[in-house]
Amino acid sequence: MQQQMVEKRNSIFDVVDLNLWYDDFHALKNINLEMNEKEVTAIIGPSGCGKSTFIKTMNLMIQMIPTVKMSGQINFEGSNIIEGKVDLVSLRKHVGMIFQKGNPFPQSIFDNIAYGPRIHGIKDKKKLNEIVESSLKDVALWDEVKDRLNSSAIGLSGGQQQRLCIARTLATKPEVILMDEPTSALDPISTLKIEELITELKSKYTIVIVTHNMQQAARISDKTAFFLNGEVIEYDQTDIIFSNPKDRRTEDYITGRFG
Amino acid sequence: MEKQTTLSAKQRLIRSSSKNPGETRGKILVSLCALIIIIATLSITLFLAIKGLQSFIVNGLNPLEFLFSSEWNPTSSDPQYGALPFILGSLAVTLLSALIAGPLGIGCAIFMTEISTSIGKKVLQPVIELLVGIPSVVYGFIGLTVLVPFIRNTFSGSATGFSLLTGTIVLSVMILPTVTTIATDAMSSLPNSLREGSLALGATRWQTIKKVLIPAALPSLMTAIVLGMARAFGEALAVQMVIGNVRDLPGSLLDPSATLTTIITLNMGYTTYGSVDNNTLWSMGLILLIISFIFILIIRYLSARRKI
Repeated sequence: MQQQMVEKRNSIFDVVDLNLWYDDFHALKNINLEMNEKEVTAIIGPSGCGKSTFIKTMNLMIQMIPTVKMSGQINFEGSNIIEGKVDLVSLRKHVGMIFQKGNPFPQSIFDNIAYGPRIHGIKDKKKLNEIVESSLKDVALWDEVKDRLNSSAIGLSGGQQQRLCIARTLATKPEVILMDEPTSALDPISTLKIEELITELKSKYTIVIVTHNMQQAARISDKTAFFLNGEVIEYDQTDIIFSNPKDRRTEDYITGRFG
Repeated sequence: MEKQTTLSAKQRLIRSSSKNPGETRGKILVSLCALIIIIATLSITLFLAIKGLQSFIVNGLNPLEFLFSSEWNPTSSDPQYGALPFILGSLAVTLLSALIAGPLGIGCAIFMTEISTSIGKKVLQPVIELLVGIPSVVYGFIGLTVLVPFIRNTFSGSATGFSLLTGTIVLSVMILPTVTTIATDAMSSLPNSLREGSLALGATRWQTIKKVLIPAALPSLMTAIVLGMARAFGEALAVQMVIGNVRDLPGSLLDPSATLTTIITLNMGYTTYGSVDNNTLWSMGLILLIISFIFILIIRYLSARRKI
């Protein structure tokens, strides 16, 4: 009992028997995954294996597609988010998401960061200033943009835009950050910066990252899940997955025999 | 295949650079099309400018009086040519109909792109295409038969039912498809990543529309309104049938009025070519052209400001 209590506190996402269909296509099959607080979980697998679909179920962004049906449980802090009416506003405030390509709004840098806090009801200018500054500092963008907070975010480089989007997510003070191939559109130097950022952020946030890049998963994650054809083939500590995988298919994938 | 490999790289490159006759013919054909349009536009503009300026140069009218006097008495013994009521009438119906059709059309576009794409595609799209297809004389006829009596019976301020308001309503319906179609294009061309980005931060659909999508599409939405205005400004027939065509400045929305286009269509049959009366109509045409040109400049300016 005592042990269970301790374990419960650590777990932030607990996915049980999750199945998902796009119309008739069975995209996720009996997914069972448990993610702990302040850990980086990497999700790897070949294209079309369901990893992006899976990460989009965690903040229910998948519901933007009307043909999706789901069964099973996704327990976020103990409550199942795919059952009954869930407050999407509150869920997404706590579970932020970063997309493949930086998607800043065509507004000023300041307004981009302040967007989240504003829609969640913060109007006080001084408080907004503080949030914008601290969020930008957290992603190491403050020094680069502090003199042009009022110019358009569209003028930033690709890597800066992606870091701006991370800052925009941090501004809503989430607990979990979902990242859907956040560096796939970036050059190696920008990628390195984002990876460094993830390593720093994990002291404060739980991070789930979908990546095509296995070196990236090995570098930054604590745990790795290997997806194949909508199933979780193996889920374990990252060093075990990459050094001593139990399943033959995992080994084939990470050694580059397919994928 | 075999033959090609025997040619040296240099020979092959020289061969491919030589044009075949179809290439040249095609180029001449499309260049000719472009040339015809350019010549037509230039000659119409030039003709209108020459004819439009004659009333000032040949007939010696004062351009300032023409533009700013509200006395229009071409048939009196001391004829006066003040076109201000018609200029203002044109601008009034244009602005007022944009005021009605703008929000309506943009709202419609948002419904079609953001709220219900299926109803939008299955119901609204065909309805709007139908509206475009109705000829303007039919709009005028419906306005005359339905709207004019309605206004007359509803508002005590309107004795006849022919009024600025009637013209405005007919024009609003006529430009609604233009505004809606272009606004729909503007909204649906916004990248989906903007919607995702906003929703993923916990914004509601309405917050996303209001704070991200509309601001992002604003220049294009303004273009939609201005294009609608350009159409309203040039429309003559339907307006002429319902607006009353009087030469006085309207005191209220319920007063009858006239526009540049309606005065031209009404009077062109009764004036002789080369007379002062006829030349003043050409001057009005020139004003129409200049204001339309201003609309185009506004659209160009807005397009240059597009953010995405």
